[in-house]
Amino acid sequence: MTTRFFGAPVKRNEDRKLLTGRALFIDDVELPGLLHAAFLRSQVAHARINSIDVSEALKRPGVVAVYTAEDLGPYWRPGPLLVPPPPIPGIVFNTRTHVPLAKDTIRCAGEPIAIVVAESRYIAEDALDDIAVDLEILPAVVDLEQALEKGSTCVHADLGNNVAAHVRQAKGDYKRAAAKAHLTLKRRFRYEHGISSPIETRGVVAQWDERAEHMTVWDTTQAPVFVRNVLAGALGLGEGQVRVIAPFVGGGFGPKIMMLYPEEATLPWMAMRLNRPIKWIEDRFEHFVATTHERGQIHDAEIALDKDGRILGVKDVFLHDNGAYNPYGLTVPINSQCTLLGPYVIPAYDSTFTSVFTNLTIVTPYRGAGRQHGVFVIERLLDLAAHELGIDPAEIRRRNLIPKDAFPYKNEIIYQDFAPLEYDSGNYEPVLDKALAAIGYESFIREEQPKLRAQGRHVGISIACYVEGTGIGPYEGAKVQVRTNGKVSVATGVGTQGQGHFTSFAQIVADQLGVDVTDVDIVTGDTDRFYWGAGTFASRGAVVAGNAVNEASLAVRKKALKFASDAFECAEEDLVLADGKVSIAGIPEKFIRLGELAQRANPMRGAVKPGTEPGLESTQYFGPPSGATANGVHAMIVEIDPETFDLQIRKYVVVHDCGTVINPMILEGQIHGGVAQGIGNAFFEKLSFDEHGQLLNASLADYLLPTSLDVPRMVLDHTVTPSPLNPLGIKGAGEAGAIPVGPLFAQAIEDALQLKKSGIELLEIPLSPSRVFELIGEGRKT
Amino acid sequence: MPDEAHEIALHDIALKVNGTSYKGSIEARMLLSDFLRHELKLAGTHVGCEHGVCGACTVLLDGAPVRSCLMFAVQAQGRELATIEGLASASGDLSPLQAAMHEHHGLQCGYCTPGILMTMTAFLREHHEPSEDEVREALSGNLCRCTGYQNIVDAVLKAAETLRAAAP
Amino acid sequence: MFRRSLPADAWGLLLTCPTSRQIIDDVAFAKRARMLCRPARTMKPAPFKYIAASSLDQALALKAEYGDEARFLAGGQSLIPAMNFRLARPAVLIDINPLSELAGIDRSDGETIRVGAVTRYRALERDTAFLNVCPLFADALPHIAHPQIRNRGTIGGNLSHADPASELPAVATAMQARMKIRSSQGERELAASEFFIDLLTTCLEPGEMLVEIAFPASPLRSGSCFMEVARRRGDFALAGVAAIVSLDEDGQFAEVRLALCGVGETPVDVSDAAASLIGQRCTDQALKAVAAEVQGTISPSGNVHASADYQRHIAGVLTRRALASAHERVGHA
Repeated sequence: MTTRFFGAPVKRNEDRKLLTGRALFIDDVELPGLLHAAFLRSQVAHARINSIDVSEALKRPGVVAVYTAEDLGPYWRPGPLLVPPPPIPGIVFNTRTHVPLAKDTIRCAGEPIAIVVAESRYIAEDALDDIAVDLEILPAVVDLEQALEKGSTCVHADLGNNVAAHVRQAKGDYKRAAAKAHLTLKRRFRYEHGISSPIETRGVVAQWDERAEHMTVWDTTQAPVFVRNVLAGALGLGEGQVRVIAPFVGGGFGPKIMMLYPEEATLPWMAMRLNRPIKWIEDRFEHFVATTHERGQIHDAEIALDKDGRILGVKDVFLHDNGAYNPYGLTVPINSQCTLLGPYVIPAYDSTFTSVFTNLTIVTPYRGAGRQHGVFVIERLLDLAAHELGIDPAEIRRRNLIPKDAFPYKNEIIYQDFAPLEYDSGNYEPVLDKALAAIGYESFIREEQPKLRAQGRHVGISIACYVEGTGIGPYEGAKVQVRTNGKVSVATGVGTQGQGHFTSFAQIVADQLGVDVTDVDIVTGDTDRFYWGAGTFASRGAVVAGNAVNEASLAVRKKALKFASDAFECAEEDLVLADGKVSIAGIPEKFIRLGELAQRANPMRGAVKPGTEPGLESTQYFGPPSGATANGVHAMIVEIDPETFDLQIRKYVVVHDCGTVINPMILEGQIHGGVAQGIGNAFFEKLSFDEHGQLLNASLADYLLPTSLDVPRMVLDHTVTPSPLNPLGIKGAGEAGAIPVGPLFAQAIEDALQLKKSGIELLEIPLSPSRVFELIGEGRKT
Repeated sequence: MPDEAHEIALHDIALKVNGTSYKGSIEARMLLSDFLRHELKLAGTHVGCEHGVCGACTVLLDGAPVRSCLMFAVQAQGRELATIEGLASASGDLSPLQAAMHEHHGLQCGYCTPGILMTMTAFLREHHEPSEDEVREALSGNLCRCTGYQNIVDAVLKAAETLRAAAP
Repeated sequence: MFRRSLPADAWGLLLTCPTSRQIIDDVAFAKRARMLCRPARTMKPAPFKYIAASSLDQALALKAEYGDEARFLAGGQSLIPAMNFRLARPAVLIDINPLSELAGIDRSDGETIRVGAVTRYRALERDTAFLNVCPLFADALPHIAHPQIRNRGTIGGNLSHADPASELPAVATAMQARMKIRSSQGERELAASEFFIDLLTTCLEPGEMLVEIAFPASPLRSGSCFMEVARRRGDFALAGVAAIVSLDEDGQFAEVRLALCGVGETPVDVSDAAASLIGQRCTDQALKAVAAEVQGTISPSGNVHASADYQRHIAGVLTRRALASAHERVGHA
């Protein structure tokens, strides 16, 4: 197979539609007779509902219906547990999934209480004010440590406590390791990740065709196949009666995969009842409370090292803010637990976490999915150890990196895909070397930094290393079909939210079938076009769906060559597949176009034998046995104003290894975007809750997303260590940029302000100029 | 209890969008963004926040970029608007900025893109040789969650170069 | 304009977000609501009656008729977001954008620059002659949000909205601007210091409109500087300083005007804190003393982005820096 497109920075097929405003996003769906829904959401975090009076709302002109939990009847029930807990010995897991509408109890601000359906969204919102809700307000559980104290209010009264889960995983013997250590360091870390806040919020449009008994749902979901399955089951329909379409989606980043959101569950039900299509578009204020978050963890972590800074063991006990319900299981804290091990040899590890119910929005994965928290802990511990031991921070990392001959590297503990954590391949030291060279590490520390410091400037440098478990199962599938006009159609079950699937998958097909990449059209996210799949999450699209596309393309290629060899009566090895045709090698005049082959493969006469199919098409599936582990190193130089504590990023370097790269341009875009979100997480974005569980900064004016002035130009490089777990050797890359930025900021700010000299340590994220000022003030007092 | 009854007055408006005349009869409270998208079916302008921060809804009002979520449609009576649908030529050729965004991978999900195109189209009309800092400053009122901005900046600089080369 | 009042019981869980303050017009609604949860916060405006004003007299007559139930719509860049959040629910909107007589900059009187209230930021920032005679604006305008906002927003709307974190109220205070106010009953004029009286509250009575702001031209041998610290470009200031200094013939401070934004319920005039500079040369020590004095004077309350201590700290830093810069700019006009 000649590679013409695979590995090349091919420009995107989908751009024209997006650049001319013709791409269909959820709010662009217009249907005759469309009604609009608005959700009355709780403004309080914890309350008992005494009564809901919708009578006034029903009187408002333009209002068609108002629904509460009572009206849902038997349809009302807690949703499914989407991700059961992994099979970890001794695990405690208390399933409490969310409900479509609050019935007796409200457990977080934003939980929906009632739905108004009206002729316009404006009128529906007018009617929300007509609804009278009588609540008995209860104390809100917000603080993680207080939540676990005896006598705390319980988020789920029947549980008797606020423990959503308790998990301990260990390998080796930490006690023994610590006993032998030259140095043990123990610290408390607080890491808060924020919300995804894509520029497009969520939305659902549901249309029920009563005659055809068919439901169509447009949904900004990252998992249309799962939504179709769950919805069909819930509505009592066959899966073939439900079509879920994820149109162009304006950014996913994780929370658009949580399902079924109350809106996903109720819109179709209401559409069936009212026999009119209904649309709900989440407004920005709703997004702050109604779409899932990631939030915080508190880690009490300890590291044991020998005198050369080699890690003998790590012990970590942490609390994880789960939110009010746990439909998504333990993905986030398990990722934290596992990713803390990083690219390092850590012979002994003892990690325990308690996932805590709080009266806050549900926590589910958001780009990084808990890895940030673990990476922060280990990277900070190494920085602190480096300082204690007088070892350079880059050097201490180097000494602990897993050597390249140690792969596949077994970390033993159970990962989010339920398999024991095993790194498939990796070569970590060159990545570190490239990053150090790119940032100019040696010369900065030896020359530039002292020179600038002498001028009174405050500049600092930092590095952070991480691994990212990607490309997990279960599987994805793809159907590749050559049409009679010679163009190729591909369908796969994953959705697309900007990752460039329409191009990257096309590149795979184009090379296998010898066609132009612009002659391949890709359909993603339409359950009528492809029946099976899981979804876009956990950096798995390129790995799993990409490989499925490759398998299907290979199968079609084989068929094409077989047909052509029969037609030419020659051996397959003598054939060349290029430029949309099959020809005999060396005799270019002897060719058949692919389109023609497709036509011939659908005979009007003759036989199609069982075990074969007509047409030039194939459907294939790919499911990796476990995830592929990508890795990388980020490095950063900052300058800080020592009076205002605001900072400028002077240089930012990412060196990344995600195995084989399909489209380096798209990959770089993913890294840029991930780093931007990481910068937001580290220094700008903070969810501010009060003690009543109220979000105080629920607007984009006060929840600060980084702008073009806050995200620097980045220097990117990569190495390629292919994954042995899939034929293309690909590892995922979607989350990499976002993962290590927190510790990078902490270390760089400490270095710029020379805080360690004063014994001031930055052990929390997010930071901000004000927070740094406060921590320095506190540090000076003690 | 419903608000005190006031008749839902409809206001007749006439305006031009991308050179074409349109009429509408709407409530005063209808936002210009909703009017463009749902009355005129020009859905290329996107809505991200409805409080004037994200910039996805940016259109040109008499040539100047404004947030269409911070205007009522009635206020656009008699005005000329430009939206993303009017950027490409009638024969479908992309504008230099659109083409540069494609070349430089300046969009991923594409949702913020309409606002960025309108903001920076107006910017390039007034700034023929912008520096990177000037581009970043001009772009800072449009939020993007996917790209990290770097490729958008490159696209704008490239478009500026293209426009300079084409200038008489 | 209206007066804000907050019935304590209904808003027990008060939102304290600094940019989405409770601008509740319809207090009666709260009493009708009977809900222990607040009215739904949703994001389309509530219905209103819209009138495009045909003349200033008509606009004032309407405002006299409707009082607090009506709001003037100028740029709308603060009002419309509040309406979209349903935090503001005026029954009537009087659109004064058509009143071109309220827009424009009048420099006919050399001593005073008169700016119509409906003059957009965009017009101000593109008027080099204006910026030359009111150089504080040259520093301050780029900090106001972003060009898309500045293309619509007006100086009168900004000043009437009276957000203490906003730049222009502090600029107007430092420059000792005069505010010309009209109603259907007549006209009055007062100093900026009398105009801003509380958080988001001016002295405007229900029937009144700010129609013009008069700025004195920069004195001889003066220099000015506006600086702020914000989390991102265009965000509301965590603290900002407007400084105007004029020097005597010997290069010593003759007069210092100093006003801060972001650190109080209104812009804060701290010119008195700079009294120690009068008759002095500009030294680091002298500026530090003023900075400390300013820090002692103000009572910032902190917000989600910054602690009160940090605000106080940077107010001092910015005071020093702005005074130094203003001094350095004397004679460079």
